[in-house]
Amino acid sequence: MPTGIGARVQRQEDRRLLNGQAIFVDDIKMPGLWEAAYVRSPIAHGIIKEIRKPAEFETRIFTAADMDDVLPIRAESSLPTYKASDFHSLATGKVRYVGECIAICIAPTRAEAEDIAELVELDLDPLPPLIDALVARTDHTNLVHEDWEDNLFLSTSFDGNIEEAKAKADVVIEREYHTARQCMMPMEGKGTLAYWDGKADQLVVYTSTQIPHLIRTGLSEFLQMDQGQVRVIAPDVGGGFGYKCILQPEEISVSWVARKTGRPIRWTEDRREHLVAGANTRQHHYKLIAYADKVGRILGIDAEITVDVGAYSVWPFTACLEASQAGGNLPGPYAFKNYRCKTYSVATNKPPFTPYRGVARPGVCFAMELTIDAIARAVGREPIDVRRENLVPAAAMPYTNVTGKFYDTGDYPDSVNQAAKMIEFDGFRAKQAKALRNGRYIGIGFSTFTEQSAHGTKVFGAWGLPLVPGYEQAMVKITPSGSIEVRSGNHSFGQGLETTLAQMASEWLGVDIANIRVTMGDTGTTPYSTGAYASRGMVMAGGAVSKASEVLAERVKIHAAHLLQCKPKDIELRDGEAFNKKTSVSLKDIAKAWYLRPDRLPDDVNTAGLEVTEGYKPSIDTGVFSYATHAATVEVDPATGITKIKDYVIFEDCGRRVNPLILEGQAYGGAAQGIGTALYEEVIYDAAGQPLTSTLADYIVPGPNELPDFKLGHSETLSPYTRHGIKGVGEGAAIAPSGAIVNAINDALRPLNIEIHQVPATPHRVLSKILSVQNEGVSSE
Amino acid sequence: MKPVSFEYNTPASLSLTTDLLVRTKKDAKLISGGQSLGPMLNLRLARPELLIDISKLSELKEIGEDKSKVIIGASITHSTIEDGGVVEPISGMLRYVASRIAYRAVRNKGTIGGSLAHADPAADWVTTMMALSAVIKTRTSDGIIRKIPMHDFMLGAYRTALKHDEIISSIEIPKYSKKACWGYHKICRKVGEFANAIGAIVVDPVQKYCIIACGAVGGAPLILQDLSESVARSAAVPDILEIVLALETSEQQFDAVKMQQLAVSVQRAIEKAVCK
Repeated sequence: MPTGIGARVQRQEDRRLLNGQAIFVDDIKMPGLWEAAYVRSPIAHGIIKEIRKPAEFETRIFTAADMDDVLPIRAESSLPTYKASDFHSLATGKVRYVGECIAICIAPTRAEAEDIAELVELDLDPLPPLIDALVARTDHTNLVHEDWEDNLFLSTSFDGNIEEAKAKADVVIEREYHTARQCMMPMEGKGTLAYWDGKADQLVVYTSTQIPHLIRTGLSEFLQMDQGQVRVIAPDVGGGFGYKCILQPEEISVSWVARKTGRPIRWTEDRREHLVAGANTRQHHYKLIAYADKVGRILGIDAEITVDVGAYSVWPFTACLEASQAGGNLPGPYAFKNYRCKTYSVATNKPPFTPYRGVARPGVCFAMELTIDAIARAVGREPIDVRRENLVPAAAMPYTNVTGKFYDTGDYPDSVNQAAKMIEFDGFRAKQAKALRNGRYIGIGFSTFTEQSAHGTKVFGAWGLPLVPGYEQAMVKITPSGSIEVRSGNHSFGQGLETTLAQMASEWLGVDIANIRVTMGDTGTTPYSTGAYASRGMVMAGGAVSKASEVLAERVKIHAAHLLQCKPKDIELRDGEAFNKKTSVSLKDIAKAWYLRPDRLPDDVNTAGLEVTEGYKPSIDTGVFSYATHAATVEVDPATGITKIKDYVIFEDCGRRVNPLILEGQAYGGAAQGIGTALYEEVIYDAAGQPLTSTLADYIVPGPNELPDFKLGHSETLSPYTRHGIKGVGEGAAIAPSGAIVNAINDALRPLNIEIHQVPATPHRVLSKILSVQNEGVSSE
Repeated sequence: MKPVSFEYNTPASLSLTTDLLVRTKKDAKLISGGQSLGPMLNLRLARPELLIDISKLSELKEIGEDKSKVIIGASITHSTIEDGGVVEPISGMLRYVASRIAYRAVRNKGTIGGSLAHADPAADWVTTMMALSAVIKTRTSDGIIRKIPMHDFMLGAYRTALKHDEIISSIEIPKYSKKACWGYHKICRKVGEFANAIGAIVVDPVQKYCIIACGAVGGAPLILQDLSESVARSAAVPDILEIVLALETSEQQFDAVKMQQLAVSVQRAIEKAVCK
């Protein structure tokens, strides 16, 4: 059975992962290894007056004062007015969020390291905390960074002709939307182990990351070492979602201590550290005015987006990627012409904002999709009709939207039709009316989005980032026994790349993926890659493996043609052999000839051999756009505020599907996280900036019982700009659930005159609204 | 998140355990399933110097019954109860409640005695035992055996009538008649989480017994006495307002959302019981 592109094969890595044979950072055993624990800031904002080390542990505790040869993490941006922040890996001068690292303590075991950490005395002078981004945005006296004149990392504006839309509008919809701060919650937390390898004269850092090569670059920059002196290895990584896509301060301090003490040092993030110091994503606020005509056609959108960025700018994605993406992606799949948008990236006393699966789009999709439904209600039409009519029509493709996004291919309205069919929209209104007569509140909601994926040099350049991805490289070679080795500097932390990259090689070389070994994550053995993020793995690393495999296949054919005494063009590679009609030679014999019996090859043989490294990027840099429509039906219990998802369907198009099985897994996983955003997950702070959700009893993550049986449907509109027409898909399914579910909730609660504008739509939030409406007899709109 | 250093001891009998509790100068804590204490140790919220493991004591594993009551040893696990390993004092109630405590992995380790001694206001057993008028049987170091009615056992959040050297040995639950029925409803953010609200009712027309208990109220579960009597009389499901009024007579203050959730959990528990 062919195992190339399109094969629904099981994941190669699962045997290891499911049998407990994976090796994560915390599984590594090493002689003399000590563990680290951090002293973290107990307050949100304050001046460090003194840090006192107990005398008996003087040599086991390190503070910023010890690390005077280390530079602060600083992510520069080329965007005008952007302010960079100095993010010290151990706090210096001030603490700016609860959980910020102040000192690192080492001991033979983690428990002993925590004992030592408890003995460190902190003398902190508290300052008033900045917890509400809307307040911090205009505060010029209380400053997160005292040398700034305000709390803005960046503000941007996009000025379209909104006056024209305003003048023509029959309907004006004005809304405010909130999305909660979240944690990304990978199953494996962050972890780092560093030691000095005397033989290689190298700092070796095992770290749970999505971007091993970038971490190497970052570590050498801020530790002021040559990159040749740093080797980063990402072993098995148990989920990333963006959390492991930045240089963490702990990676620097652990590395520094290992180098300083000459002892292997490991830090393993525990769940409490994650829930406190990793509360770093998703929190947006929108003020949105939509102008529409009397049938609901959008004439213009006027938006103001505030992102609660937290205390520091992360490296390399800066504090402003989120707002830049939000402003650029708010129009989403819709075809309106007038757009005005202001964005504010606001510094607050919270952990530094980090891009999470979907990056900004779960927020903008939520805001746009609720607005579409609000417009539909205002003009008295079905939301799916209004949605369909506002989407970019298939005939207009390729389409450049109001913010300059180049939509390559797709039939967005058809995705709405397909989702409507799958969820049996016909007949739903009758069912809903009948349920209501029995006192039951059911509703239906839709949510459509585009997923910009594998965007490249120009897009990242426009976001002002200090590092910009270019050509992705991959190495493919044939071993002397005829099996294949693939090496990629990208990394797999659950996406199944060990399987899908093997499929790319299998496609060209005709070798079963069981005989293809994919190596990733080690900067010592793989070509440079900026890593796994932005739904780029399959397009970029997949494309590079495909290209290298194609080149290798041509070389194999030349050798085979000589051995079979025919022309290379007559050779076909399949089943591990090179065929010329009925005669064949195995890849093993071809490899053997090259490596061990060169006497069988002609003198003018291609000396480049059976090992190929190639670089690849798509023919456009602006990204290729996957898209989907999600639809949900829910029942809301008006007595408790509890929402139950009844049906959930996803109709998506990501171009060529390399492995449909893995694709479905991505959809389930992404939608599960999106449901967390929609209904459950929320970091709550008190007025002092203390997180109240520091355990999993307080921070609620959906489990299997909370998830519906997802129904999936697909179409395949190939991109003309990538190898094999592939588009990225890793993030997509996390984007739409808030829009679909809250639209369904609002549809269900329409008879009660209630609209929810905030996620998560917790029972408490929904019930408070119901009770306040019941008490006042009016909507608290 | 690792515990502070502690000593660990496994006495061979209940009397040796109570002796040790009296003798030791250390700050000691009993541990059985460890499903509540374990996380508190790891979070360093509990910092005992000595842990005394009583999970292996056969004296705490009694399962029995006589004509009037069911006896469940303190270290019987939730999963044993879920799997029908104890006699039901009233058809199916213990199994139903046990099967909805946290997750199976927790139920495999967690014990009924441990849950009662821990006295988390949102735990299932404290409210259930209140509705069933269970009696908590204990033993102290000088061999004194006490039988503490559940109504007097839980004093408040994480507070019980247990003395320093006193251990729960078993729980005795009165048997109810074949005509008795029960209802139990809890409102949780997700399956397996601690409840936001718990309603429980046990009604036995033969024994003229009716108790409605409301849990997850921040302290010991509330017994809604007047409401119990009126439901026993009318066999009708009260409306929300009536339940709210009953809850308002307690000393605790609830915000509007919490009050509504408590009232709904009580109402739905009664619906399940009365409709049988």
